[in-house]
Amino acid sequence: MPKKIIMTGDDIKRTLARIAHEIIERNKVIENLILVGIHTRGVPLANRLAANIEDFSGVKIPVGTLDISLYRDDLPSLELQPTVKSTDIPVSVDGKSIVLVDDVLYTGRSIRAAMDALTDLGRPHLIQLAVLIDRGHREIPIRADYVGKNMPSSRHEDIQVKLQESDGTDEVAITSMPAAKEG
Amino acid sequence: MTTQPIKTVAPKPAPVWRHHHILDVDDFSREEIELVFNTTQAMKEVLSRPIKRVPALRGKTLITLFYEPSTRTRLSFELAAKNLGADAASLSAPASSVTKGESLIDTVSTLQALGADIIVMRHPHSGAPYIAAQYVKASIINAGDGWHAHPTQALLDLYTIQEHKESLKGLKAVIIGDILHSRVARSNIWGLTTMGAEVTLCGPPTLLPTELGEQNHHLPPTNIEHDIERALDGADVVMTLRLQLERQQSGLLPSIREYVQLYQLTEARLSLARPDALVLHPGPVNEDIEIASAVAHGPQSVINEQVSNGVAVRMALLYILAGSQKQ
Repeated sequence: MPKKIIMTGDDIKRTLARIAHEIIERNKVIENLILVGIHTRGVPLANRLAANIEDFSGVKIPVGTLDISLYRDDLPSLELQPTVKSTDIPVSVDGKSIVLVDDVLYTGRSIRAAMDALTDLGRPHLIQLAVLIDRGHREIPIRADYVGKNMPSSRHEDIQVKLQESDGTDEVAITSMPAAKEG
Repeated sequence: MTTQPIKTVAPKPAPVWRHHHILDVDDFSREEIELVFNTTQAMKEVLSRPIKRVPALRGKTLITLFYEPSTRTRLSFELAAKNLGADAASLSAPASSVTKGESLIDTVSTLQALGADIIVMRHPHSGAPYIAAQYVKASIINAGDGWHAHPTQALLDLYTIQEHKESLKGLKAVIIGDILHSRVARSNIWGLTTMGAEVTLCGPPTLLPTELGEQNHHLPPTNIEHDIERALDGADVVMTLRLQLERQQSGLLPSIREYVQLYQLTEARLSLARPDALVLHPGPVNEDIEIASAVAHGPQSVINEQVSNGVAVRMALLYILAGSQKQ
């Protein structure tokens, strides 16, 4: 199973700077923005984007966190049994422009769940999506507004995003998984 | 770009949660109880929202089957199920075919045939939920069986304590009252001990046989103290139990008045515990019998928190159980 590094720490840093500029460019009234990171790795990415936006524009943007476990269309299996983490958005989402932040966009189901979770909390003015990696294979009609890197991949490959805050290092790697059982 | 071989394949972590049914906490590990605590925390956030409802258990059906009366347990299970998007229905034994002589096994099989994924049952006989669990694929949750166990009450008590005390480890917990007939006490003894608290039981000798504290009595070891003032000395947690007046016909107590004099938790007695001691009661409270009104409604009482945490803890348990049903 070969592992290939597709983004280094420097690549991630440059990409997040570019996405921060794009967010500022696309949203005329950045005071109305909230960045919402999806647990687990969307949260540090949202914090870094907010820090960049503050550097570039001088405006401090609220950052929230969202756990989507309770909105998934499949229940967690017994082996994984991940802890449901708390959702914490510091301000009301009503009328706000929300940028959802996640590490990898794949089937789109997590984002569907995240949008359901957000709209349960209020009525945002609009919702945009920023992801570090878009690996394709969508199963529902969802696209990202800001993409760090498009990484066409096979379903037999695994894309692992590692971040300093959660994994102690910054890198994105792709590995091929053992041949999946067919049929 | 570099290519390098992966050194090792990480072994699959063993699942923390091992239960398909929740029958008692005697076989719960510390890790399982912590998973319940962490999940409960997330459920409390859901309950704090203007719309207290998430779709996690959409399409699941929970049926409550109660052969004994209940207010908070039954209602909090039904609310917990609805808050998670499941359907909840209830069957009261006195109003059902049970009065026509339908057996427990037939009744739970019928509930399963009607589509129940989770059956919450309360029964006057110890062990009844264990029998039911052998005959159905649905998950059985014991909501109280005879004198034996009331696991969800114990878990919500433990959660309420750890919310205030951060950790249960090393706490001195005193359980006062009719220990003999109390399923709440038995489940709490297991849970508190697993989480590292030291348990003292206190009550009149007729309601607290000394054998209960000894090993080999199907309970973890506890301290037995028949003097309430000695028991309360330095306590971090004081659990009072309902004096089950309906079970006192058998001459175990000379009189209720004597019980009140010797074992009621009064303000004066509570002052012997630590100043930050918590007062719990599983409800319903016989005010001024096992606990003075002023204490039940006093600043150290967390009785109302127990009730509201009951919904969050049961949401957590339903969510975790539904995940385990995929296997």
